[in-house]
Amino acid sequence: MTAAATSSHFKENAHAALRDAPLQKALQHVRANFIDKRAKAAARLPEFEALRDSARDIKDHTLANLDLYIEAYEARVVEAGGQVHYAATAKDGVDLVLELCRERGAKAVTKGKSMISEEMGLNAALEAAGIEPIETDLGEYIIHLRGEAPSHIIAPAVHLNKEQIAEDFRRAHHDLPRDRDLSRPEQLLTEARGILREKFLSADIGITGANFLIAETGASIIVTNEGNGDLTQILPKVHIVIASLEKIVPTLEDASQLLRVLARSATGQDMSVYTTLSTGPRRAGDPDGPEEYHVILLDNGRSAMLGGEFEDMLRCIRCGACMNHCPVYHAVGGHAYGSVYPGPMGAVLTPSLIGVAEGGQLPNASTFCGRCEAVCPVRIPLPNMMRHWREREFERRLSPATMRYGIGFWAFFAKRPALYRLSTDVAMRALHWFGRGKGRFSSLPFAGGWTRYRDLPAPQGATFQSRWRAKSGRVA
Amino acid sequence: MPDAAGAPSRPPIRVGLFVTCLVDLIRPSVGFAAVKLLEDAGCTVFVPSQTCCGQPAYNSGDRATTRDIARQTIAAFEDCDYVVAPSGSCAGMLAKHYPELFVDEPELARKANAFSGKCFELISFLVDVLKVAKVSAHYDGEVAYHDSCSGLRELGVASQPRKLLGTVEGLRLVELNGADVCCGFGGTFAVKYGEISDAIVAQKTANVVASGAATLLAGDLGCLMNMAGKLQRQGSNVSVRHVAEVLSGVTDEPAIGAPQARGSRN
Repeated sequence: MTAAATSSHFKENAHAALRDAPLQKALQHVRANFIDKRAKAAARLPEFEALRDSARDIKDHTLANLDLYIEAYEARVVEAGGQVHYAATAKDGVDLVLELCRERGAKAVTKGKSMISEEMGLNAALEAAGIEPIETDLGEYIIHLRGEAPSHIIAPAVHLNKEQIAEDFRRAHHDLPRDRDLSRPEQLLTEARGILREKFLSADIGITGANFLIAETGASIIVTNEGNGDLTQILPKVHIVIASLEKIVPTLEDASQLLRVLARSATGQDMSVYTTLSTGPRRAGDPDGPEEYHVILLDNGRSAMLGGEFEDMLRCIRCGACMNHCPVYHAVGGHAYGSVYPGPMGAVLTPSLIGVAEGGQLPNASTFCGRCEAVCPVRIPLPNMMRHWREREFERRLSPATMRYGIGFWAFFAKRPALYRLSTDVAMRALHWFGRGKGRFSSLPFAGGWTRYRDLPAPQGATFQSRWRAKSGRVA
Repeated sequence: MPDAAGAPSRPPIRVGLFVTCLVDLIRPSVGFAAVKLLEDAGCTVFVPSQTCCGQPAYNSGDRATTRDIARQTIAAFEDCDYVVAPSGSCAGMLAKHYPELFVDEPELARKANAFSGKCFELISFLVDVLKVAKVSAHYDGEVAYHDSCSGLRELGVASQPRKLLGTVEGLRLVELNGADVCCGFGGTFAVKYGEISDAIVAQKTANVVASGAATLLAGDLGCLMNMAGKLQRQGSNVSVRHVAEVLSGVTDEPAIGAPQARGSRN
């Protein structure tokens, strides 16, 4: 029940995004803020690079023994009085949530920020079932008001400017005075807090995601900067954790190590403001907590990635550093990807979730600049994995015919050095002659894809190999 | 460490120049600049028959063609002590990606690994392997240096070009904001996603213009053609050159995309 993906229209989406002035203004902040903060946080911690190695190793070890850790995790959750439900697909996950809601007659559910909820298309399903979903993360709250999907995995409303948000608040919070001042971010935050306070108290069920699930203790961990997750999981009678399989880590110590790279990579904080552990329902003598505790473990294609070319992707801890550093993401923003997950991690994960025929544009839309891999806290070789998707496409003849013929034509020469040398020498001499006046071309047949946006330098004439041979007196 | 050119005791190092297809076809003067830098450092330079490193096929998912080209390249450079390319992207392909192509064939994998171990990007080869500490070249004016992605992130090329540029007489290196950010070239990306590539290179050229430098240098001709092409489309008169041209002092050819000076030779 994943929200309809428009990844196959990536080019059209990008075209619109490049002309969207407010979006382009908002994207300036991504470029300016995240990169510098991460760099400083990493520089402050001498062992940061070693921690990244350790983070990678912890995830690799877990993935290699995932079945065992899932069993252990479930046993601990049950011991603590909770229940674990398994969802093979996004639809199964939705059905489980709806069933829990219906059985308890829930009218309203509060929600902590969760990308798994987006993957399941949970809000739309809840609304269709007559249950009000209340997003409690400020960014999620804003985009829910707007009927939008997140454009970033940790900063869902990063595509918006504060003026747009003020407009949305005036539209949605019509009971409040029309002439109130909403020009500063704090005023927006205060208003949203006021609205949400009542909702927290009236919700029947609280749904959160999880950053980590700990096999050793059965605890789930969420990190937030607003504290909304705590209220979501403590106040209602029922707490439902929705998380994908690969969120499991063996021990609390492992989670602690991963937490040390998570916030630094994401926002440049040493730690997020709130790191909240929850283990089972309220115990006798606890001052607060839910009466019921459920975990929905979602597979949705992940177990099929184990042991294959894309297993490394399951190390991802959803910090967003890859998109924060991606020149393509900076240019077009997250919505252009038309998928739940944008940016480099989305370009690798999306074809696994919706198929390469539908999601194949995303791993192609990369310059392979490698900055994502350079900052990934768990060292996922993102460009290599995007290339693997391109190989799958090529094998299945899904890549565009013009591209395949172009490569075939070029390969014919590239595999025949003598022919290549002769033909390129003739061609470059001719091109040099045509371009000799200006030294470049502003348009050229068959090079329109290039010259539409930039000039093409004219060749200097005879090729290097031809000149070198003439100079060194060799023919062969 | 002194300039290696004057060290008679050292047997000449046999360097195979992988000139790269773009330099071969578009800008041979970069190839001759590379030859001069290598010879000045005491190397004997060979240019085996060659075409392309295979990246266009590799990055388009055509693994079979890539392997054919890789086998051909490995064989062509068998007799060389080192293989040096005036490009971080092509050198990265040879040094980091060729072995990945033959993981299932031990004999070819062994060859590919041996080959990869002797492949270097030109400027880092000069500094890191040959220990060249200075060049004898002159270039007037303020220069901005762009770090091409593959060289920077796959091969660690960053300090070496700056170090040698610092020894060019008359040259002043200025700060380029976002020097390590991709220029938007990305090989076939520049054409497949031309509009996005254009938006990315526009950021780059804005930074170049803001730096105030009269010349922009980088170590990869693909990126240079992209940035020069955009600067010229925008009407800028920043000169764009390969870093090897300036380091070797071979700058008599017009800058990339610039017209031939009237009356000069071809």
